[in-house]
Amino acid sequence: MSETYITDALIAEDIDAYLAQHQHKDMLRFITCGSVDDGKSTLIGRLLYDSKMIFEDQLAALEDASKVSGTQGAEIDFALLVDGLTAEREQGITIDVAYRFFNTEKRKFIVADCPGHEQYTRNMVTGASSADAAVILIDARKGVLVQTRRHTYLCHLLGIRHLVLAVNKLDLVGYDQAVFDTIVADYANFAQAIGISEFTAIPISGFKGDNITSLSPHTRWYSGPTLIEHLEAVEVDGTREAGQDFRMPVQWVNRPNLDFRGFAGLIASGTVKPGDAVRVLPAGTTSTISRIVTLDGDLDEAQAGQSVTLCLADEVDCSRGNVIAAAAAPPEVADQFEASLVWMSDEALIPGRGYWLKLATQSVSATVQPPKYAINVNTLEHLAVKTLELNAIGVVELTTDKPIVFEPYAQSRPLGGFILIDKLTNATVAAGLINFSLRRAQNVHWQALDVSREAHAAMKHQQPAVLWFTGLSGSGKSTIANLVEKRLHALGHHTFLLDGDNVRHGLNKDLGFTETDRIENIRRVGEVTKLMSDAGLIVLTAFISPFAAERDMVRAMLPLGEFIEIFIDTPLAEAERRDVKGLYKKARAGDLKNFTGIDSPYEVPVRPELRVDTTSESPEAAAERIVDHILGARSEAWMPTI
Amino acid sequence: MTTSLTHLQRLEAEAIHIMREVVAEAERPVMLYSVGKDSAVMLHLARKAFYPSPPPFPLLHVDTTWKFQAMYQLRNQMAADSGMELLVYQNPEAKARGINPFDHGALHTDMWKTEGLKQALDKWQFDAAFGGARRDEEKSRAKERIFSFRTASHGWDPKNQRPELWNVYNARKHPRTANGGESIRVFPISNWTELDVWQYIQLESIPIVPLYFAAPRPTVERDGMLLMVDDERFPLAAGEVPQMRSIRFRTLGCYPLTGAVESTAATLSEVIQETLLTTTSERQGRAIDKDAGGAGMELKKQQGYF
Repeated sequence: MSETYITDALIAEDIDAYLAQHQHKDMLRFITCGSVDDGKSTLIGRLLYDSKMIFEDQLAALEDASKVSGTQGAEIDFALLVDGLTAEREQGITIDVAYRFFNTEKRKFIVADCPGHEQYTRNMVTGASSADAAVILIDARKGVLVQTRRHTYLCHLLGIRHLVLAVNKLDLVGYDQAVFDTIVADYANFAQAIGISEFTAIPISGFKGDNITSLSPHTRWYSGPTLIEHLEAVEVDGTREAGQDFRMPVQWVNRPNLDFRGFAGLIASGTVKPGDAVRVLPAGTTSTISRIVTLDGDLDEAQAGQSVTLCLADEVDCSRGNVIAAAAAPPEVADQFEASLVWMSDEALIPGRGYWLKLATQSVSATVQPPKYAINVNTLEHLAVKTLELNAIGVVELTTDKPIVFEPYAQSRPLGGFILIDKLTNATVAAGLINFSLRRAQNVHWQALDVSREAHAAMKHQQPAVLWFTGLSGSGKSTIANLVEKRLHALGHHTFLLDGDNVRHGLNKDLGFTETDRIENIRRVGEVTKLMSDAGLIVLTAFISPFAAERDMVRAMLPLGEFIEIFIDTPLAEAERRDVKGLYKKARAGDLKNFTGIDSPYEVPVRPELRVDTTSESPEAAAERIVDHILGARSEAWMPTI
Repeated sequence: MTTSLTHLQRLEAEAIHIMREVVAEAERPVMLYSVGKDSAVMLHLARKAFYPSPPPFPLLHVDTTWKFQAMYQLRNQMAADSGMELLVYQNPEAKARGINPFDHGALHTDMWKTEGLKQALDKWQFDAAFGGARRDEEKSRAKERIFSFRTASHGWDPKNQRPELWNVYNARKHPRTANGGESIRVFPISNWTELDVWQYIQLESIPIVPLYFAAPRPTVERDGMLLMVDDERFPLAAGEVPQMRSIRFRTLGCYPLTGAVESTAATLSEVIQETLLTTTSERQGRAIDKDAGGAGMELKKQQGYF
């Protein structure tokens, strides 16, 4: 018996000392998952047995049952301990999640044993949704199977950050390191492909107890932690959430009499103190926390994971479904989303039909568009589908009948995860995870900022400006913009260069080169340059930006005089001759569609602030002239007024 | 500054969140109150969840008339202290037929508790009932959702439970009809263990029935179980004299069906110590789990038992 488990001696000798120690333990929720017969239930039986969570009478009953229906010969079949339903014991399979509990000296654990069969995926997802960590079991004799990949995919989708790959039944392959290494390498390939950056692989035998609580003498080649050591060390999720911005979905309004109105809820993230400025969403009304009320007296502070009752200083409208959030950093409000769905009903998704959507404490009606695609979790292919069947995972767009307060699931489980409910049967038919909103709701109001754009600029001792370089591909925009930025930077100015290619790798990677996408490309860049110039920066952009309408759109977003259009005038023949990126060649060969100057037009600026003829002026000379223009011609407006 | 919450703080917050969800979404919630230590914790959590309001639902005690006297005393006192309405229901048919644990065996539990509960829920048309069951108690409980759906005839279908994602609970059900309606049993302390319950009682100074603490009490032995002679209805054999023994109870139910353990644990710390060092499970003192072999509780739940 490892000393990490409950020490009987301490309990017997000094119960109060033991209780004091136990009282301060934190709690880790984890799941065991993986394919059928990979030994999940056996492992849990082992954990309970080793931590003395099995009592004598249960053990006696287990020994009896093992003889009747066990699968381990004369030995105890631990699986019978966790497969609690008659149908499960009869069929020897796990149908639903079983929750079990055990303690070590460091932690309390809640383990959810998840079914391995694909048909019970919804039960596996139930277990995984509230877990901090997942132990994915693999039978060393079988290696990575379809269900291993499926469960890994679901764990990752549901945001479980701590994955343990437990290569089990190692006793049946002679504790062979090569078998372990091969399986780990195979698994690592899949994990990487779906974006899992790290996992911990441990060679174990749940049946024999190798590397569960103490390092096994049979695997001397393994020097990592035991399973329990590892589970004692991983970070519990709630700790991370406490460090984020404050949000509390309102569950219930507490009004015992006319003098008291409190808002009850579970804090989803962040911390809160009396005096904190808050905003009630979706309305956006602001107020201040006046009290944090509990039966044990008012609190000075509360944090994520606590259920509290908040009082506000003002008589603001606030009810169930509203979210009280940090005033300076409120979550988004929207009514159209892209989301990932795990379909959980025998009845397939019906696009266009209304479902109830419940997210935190908000309930609204939602319609789902035909799926963009479903995912084959084995091959990771995107499949074109018209609907989502039971256990399918897909990406959809959905619309709610009212705007809801949310955050992307990757940022917040409580404000990014939702369920869909069938309006006729009341069944929970899908688990949903918001990826992002598609359109901001109409009633999102502009926040008046106390630190103005003038103040931002004054602190930098400069006048914000947007130097908008436009011209054909290969005309020299990036080269000259880069020289200009270096020069401004050397002169002590705060600048930023937005380059077309770079932006398309990130912010605009979902956009192509059709006319619509080009317009959206420039619109987004325009919004970003506006925010940056609000922050007081001198922004330089290098985009082909072929359409006059879009360049004028950005000009209109900015205060008069801040948009400086710089036309890098290189004739098509010259740009094509240079062809630094080989793009013209591809376009001429027909390999690139919608290429500006070839099969897509470039609208020459009529009255740019500056024009650079690269056939007669060197990039260095042009950069010098542009810097002089900025610092000289506009010098009369140089010192900003605050 | 934030510190990591302890497991008891997290379990408390979870239970309070669940109770508030039910109050917000159900039409007529009720809290089942059996006067045991789990009920004591549930009542305490309810007071915390809705403070400064009293919990906005009544307490329902499905009585068998065979509980320990000390339980009836604490029940009445706690209802008065919490400012909550106490509803007591006794199955009139069981009463008329004089159903008792000495003469009727399993029928006693079935009529007073299972049938009594169904009748009570139907009588007051409750659509959501809080129970203090925990997943560590028994293997079919370990599989049950926190929001556990019941048909109009109060049946549980273990093979077809609703998925339960994160802490987003689906409390929707069909409206009541003349034939009764669907209802939900809700278990806010599902994820607590016996040790958690004891430690929480200690930390929060929650009043519990004194029978949990050892004291000299009149006892007789029946079928290997140590029973307490709590009132004059206990049928003694000719010449049988109850023995005074220092005993306590790990669970409390009908006194003729609840086995005591010999013990000297008179304080909470000592009780917890004994609990941790014991080698038999908590429900071992209860006759109900042994009915119908390994599936006793699952079967009872399908029939509507809590």
